Amino acid sequence: MPGCSGTATRSDDWTAPRARMQGLTVASDKTDPIHQFHLNELVPIHVGDLNFSFTNSALFMVVTVVLSAVFLYMTTSSRGLVPGRLQSITEMLYEFVASMLRDATGPHGQKFFPLVFSLFTFILVANLLGLFPYFFTVTSHLVVTVALALLVFFTVVVVGLAKHGLRFFKLFVPEGVPLVLLPLVVAIEVISFLSRPVSHSVRLFANMLAGHITLKVFAGFVVSLGAMGPLGIAGAVLPLGMTVAITALEILVAALQAYVFAVLACMYLNDALHPGH
Amino acid sequence: MEAEAAKFIGAGIACLGMGGAGIGLGNIFGSYLAGALRNPSAADGQFGRLIFGFAVTEALGIFALLIALLLLFAV
Repeated sequence: MPGCSGTATRSDDWTAPRARMQGLTVASDKTDPIHQFHLNELVPIHVGDLNFSFTNSALFMVVTVVLSAVFLYMTTSSRGLVPGRLQSITEMLYEFVASMLRDATGPHGQKFFPLVFSLFTFILVANLLGLFPYFFTVTSHLVVTVALALLVFFTVVVVGLAKHGLRFFKLFVPEGVPLVLLPLVVAIEVISFLSRPVSHSVRLFANMLAGHITLKVFAGFVVSLGAMGPLGIAGAVLPLGMTVAITALEILVAALQAYVFAVLACMYLNDALHPGH
Repeated sequence: MEAEAAKFIGAGIACLGMGGAGIGLGNIFGSYLAGALRNPSAADGQFGRLIFGFAVTEALGIFALLIALLLLFAV
């Protein structure tokens, strides 16, 4: 989260014992840019050895879903023929995702609209929500983005196999390739297909993680410069301006990565519908 | 060499990978601008592909940054 939470002085809860083990000293005045990603168990639920606790990550997922669902419901319930401001936001969102899906998958792809729209809205709202100070960024954890990417991956495999049967595997055999090259090309196609969920999830996760850490590192400069007296406070204006600029960039990245995730999901779903290229 | 020093050197080397992503991104936007100025009417239709290419290329730079951050904070 941008703001001050990450710049809080390193709390000794979990980093200190590990640092002591490694023979390092934890400077108490050092800022910790990854403290913001720490999971807290809000409602501890333990079943045997499994940990089903309701964490701050789960809380913000619930907030994301409730916020987007309530917004979409409230803005469309009046169903004005001439849309108001809020209703046109929802209509633009709908039309944006629908045209994205139409461009990538053609007219038959619209049955995937609920999936792509949910993915896009969830990621967009989660990314934007994470930009508020002290808020948790759901998409900055690999486990969340992997779950979303695997959902798309298995949808492609299941729908592709159900719709085309064994002809789905034509996906790995491009037409017009010389027979000599075919084993190599098929191997490359299979590897690139299997690595899709990896790049799909890591792209979103790493973008959010890197952006938020960068933000915290610059915010840490403000704190450490501010502690150096009047001259330091005058110098702290520079990293403060940088923090504002990076926050603006992060708003762009938040929307962009939601868009990219949805576009890639559309392209992968297109393979399930039209495997023969 | 101390492990701590090796960690920082490794993080610095990992950051070099971002240079490649920078070249790639420059190439993408440069080519887009060159094409868009030749045929401005077709430019808007290619915006989606521009962003797609940007994201795919940028991801590689982000991976390099991720390795650097992991070395600094998580290892």
